[in-house]
Amino acid sequence: MLIFERGKSGRRATAQAPKNRPDASTIPDSLLRKAAAPLPEVSELQVVRHFTNLSRKNFSIDTQFYPLGSCTMKYNPRGAHKAASLPGFLRRHPLASDRFSQGFLSCVYDLQEILKDVTGMAGVSLAPMAGAQGEFAGVAMIKAYHQKRGDDARQEILVPSAAHGTNPATAVMCGYKVRELPVKDDGDVDIDALRESVGPQTAGIMLTNPSTCGVFERQIKEIAQIVHDAGGLLYYDGANLNAILGKVRPGDMGFDVMHMNLHKTFATPHGGGGPGSGPVAVNERLLPFLPTPIAGREDVGGEASYCWLDKEALPDTIGALSAFMGNAGIVLRAYAYAVLLGAEGLVRVGEFATLNANYMAKLMEQAGFKLAYPGRRATHEFIVTMSPQVKSFDVNAMDFAKRLLDYGYHAPTTYFPLLVPECLLIEPTETESPDEIEGFVLAMTKILEEAQNTPELVKAAPYNLPVRRLDDVRAARELDLAYRREA
Amino acid sequence: MPFIPHTEDDVRRMLDTIGVQSIDELFDEIPSTLRCEALKHVPSGLTEMEMLRKLSERAEMDEGALCFLGAGAYEHHIPSVVWDIASRGEFMTAYTPYQAEASQGTLQLIYEFQSMMTALTGLDVSNASLYDGASGLAEAVLMAVRANRKSKSRKVLSLGSVNPRYRQAVENIVTNQDIELEVVDVDPNNLQTPTSVLAAYEGQDYAALLVQQPSYFGQLEDVNALTDWAHAQGMLVIAVVNPTSLALLTPPGEWGSTGADIAVGDGQPLGLPLASGGPYFGFICCKKAFVRQMPGRIIGRTVDMEGQPGFTLTLQAREQHIRRSKATSNICTNQGLAVTAATVYMSLLGGEGLRQVALASHENTQSLRALLSAIEGVEVIQNTGPVFHEFVVRTKAPVHLVIEHMESGGIMPGVDLQADYPQLGEAMLVCVTETKTENDLKLYAHKLQAVLSELENV
Repeated sequence: MLIFERGKSGRRATAQAPKNRPDASTIPDSLLRKAAAPLPEVSELQVVRHFTNLSRKNFSIDTQFYPLGSCTMKYNPRGAHKAASLPGFLRRHPLASDRFSQGFLSCVYDLQEILKDVTGMAGVSLAPMAGAQGEFAGVAMIKAYHQKRGDDARQEILVPSAAHGTNPATAVMCGYKVRELPVKDDGDVDIDALRESVGPQTAGIMLTNPSTCGVFERQIKEIAQIVHDAGGLLYYDGANLNAILGKVRPGDMGFDVMHMNLHKTFATPHGGGGPGSGPVAVNERLLPFLPTPIAGREDVGGEASYCWLDKEALPDTIGALSAFMGNAGIVLRAYAYAVLLGAEGLVRVGEFATLNANYMAKLMEQAGFKLAYPGRRATHEFIVTMSPQVKSFDVNAMDFAKRLLDYGYHAPTTYFPLLVPECLLIEPTETESPDEIEGFVLAMTKILEEAQNTPELVKAAPYNLPVRRLDDVRAARELDLAYRREA
Repeated sequence: MPFIPHTEDDVRRMLDTIGVQSIDELFDEIPSTLRCEALKHVPSGLTEMEMLRKLSERAEMDEGALCFLGAGAYEHHIPSVVWDIASRGEFMTAYTPYQAEASQGTLQLIYEFQSMMTALTGLDVSNASLYDGASGLAEAVLMAVRANRKSKSRKVLSLGSVNPRYRQAVENIVTNQDIELEVVDVDPNNLQTPTSVLAAYEGQDYAALLVQQPSYFGQLEDVNALTDWAHAQGMLVIAVVNPTSLALLTPPGEWGSTGADIAVGDGQPLGLPLASGGPYFGFICCKKAFVRQMPGRIIGRTVDMEGQPGFTLTLQAREQHIRRSKATSNICTNQGLAVTAATVYMSLLGGEGLRQVALASHENTQSLRALLSAIEGVEVIQNTGPVFHEFVVRTKAPVHLVIEHMESGGIMPGVDLQADYPQLGEAMLVCVTETKTENDLKLYAHKLQAVLSELENV
């Protein structure tokens, strides 16, 4: 039942009602709404009950294991949430002057410094509000760099076929054409194809390393050399930064610019789809182009004083991409997380994410599943291809995914990356115990038996959830996107 | 080891299973020349107690002033229920609802959100939210350029009274696709944009007109005339609106004879704290004809294989994970948790409750405007015209000094307009919501008067 359908005309929660009866007499009638906005009319208890019950229809990290490859669904410490929710931060207006912002600005500045160290880059802006906006900022900086040098011939961005869909979409948002690069059977980029693709038209390349195939791109130095020699720049998609934290830094690999997904590598719960935060980091070459605002610091009489640096301080900036400073609350959570973990803790994130992934990949292999890249080290994630099961039992990757829901596990990422047929991209993350991983593999093993003996059972899953498999075709054909109260 | 559950035995057993000696061996595909040393600039970890102490001290540094700043972020009372519910782990720690059967809570909630936004804006469809109002407006501009079949133009026209921060973000985003934003000057005498001012733009090809209601100055524009004018010129109309005001003012879907085509704005006033600028969320609604040009996620109601109603992500063929370089936008997220809070907020208040918030804010604004008008050295530019919860004052003394002195007295009096609107002189934008009491308003007027006479005597 929808919240609208629970209501009754004239009923409402009154927490917000003013004491007197104000009027709108100074506003001309032609600008006033004729009838009240048709929002729900319910009591406070009805609201609490309705949404509490809705929440119980969700899988979440707090209730289930969520091995969603490339999305990094790990535990996010409650302490970080509490720190970001301190009244001084929550009540601070984004345009408050520097004198009422020193506490917040010092956190922003300190996080910038930490992220510089983690990435091996020269400068960081925390302004982008999500990974995709960080990508946009990164590619816009590449464009600004070439334009500044009068190099207008560079109209193309190279993107490996395994890349996230955001990469090609971002290149287009920045006005570039996309040229796709093939990936070899072992998961590495096809270097020969790269050599043939680069030229004076190449503005840059967008790479994820470890890639979305869940393997480390071993020829990264050679790739950097080829692209740089051709006059292009290297963009690092930080979606998988979790895997290499403290082991290797994008700046050292030769990347010029990158974004991070603070919600993945640091400490933000995904919130049902957001918010995230997608800071960008750059080397010296791109420093002047960073998006604003950035926190700056100077020492006045031995005391640190912080301020915002904007267009005046950074005349070549690609500018602001939002009204204020980005997703401040997420930035604070990431800072609190970094403070909790410290240098040793951050290194452990990469280590245990990788340990868990390799352990799980090995168990899956032992249980009879086929790894897409056997013989390669798994990074923080790995790919299982269900092609053999499709062939033998006519049960596909999505069927396995749906049946897993019945066993109480959220499904791994299905059908991505697109170049591996029938794939499940699996990522346990560092905060899961080996027991949890073993439980998941056991469930997969049971489903494999079911697929063998009773394939129709698997193909019609799930059974134990609030709804059975949904009709997506009908959803797209007979669009029902909003409730309309019957007149 | 904080947040890592492994015992030493676990690690040994796992390494044996994998067939390696150490965790470090798992990184042997990384060329040794690339391996980094210890992180030098990251301090050692703190306990939760130490971390909270450190951050509490910093948070407290930013407290203590009475806030009359608006300009796109508004202080409203947030009922206790809102974040109590939104902070439930099942909402907060869930992912994007790609597995619909395991995400019916989030999906139904977003469908309800979409329903509420269409109810407020008077338009047919809403998506599941964008990052914020400013970047949402950029997406609306891109959408309008794609959607306007009558226009070949890559130019859009904006009133000068559209939030300058929004216009800046739009320019920074859309210029990369060679789209140009042309801005109509603001009349410094009354801050309004009558259609007579727009006559100079007639006969030129623009894909869309951007109108903000209430304007950046809190001014109420004649949106009916502006909409009809733009449509007569073959432009689409993009309405930038404050959701609180929509409980009181004509919804964009009813502007002029056929309504605005796209409405966009920031959802922050609907139960989200000021929080230093975010996370907020951008909302975008449009007429049904344009739904396939809309960026971002959309939730649809459908049925399951047994015919029971359920919810799922729909029209995904527009999205980057399917269409890649041909997607309507690179946006692959929404502001789910912020939307959760807003949906609870709107449910609690209902149409009438939200109207009461708008009216209370409006009345407080009128009161402060009257108090300030009486002060010598203060000129209220919109002395009598219709405004909604913001207005502009000009001061005899330099406005940056006025602000500085007011702040010393514990009041953040308004946003300095000089950088964005030098033609207005010593002007600032003052915002009043329902959170201010009569005493707060009196205190403001009293302090301003004192500061002005103090500055006069210097």
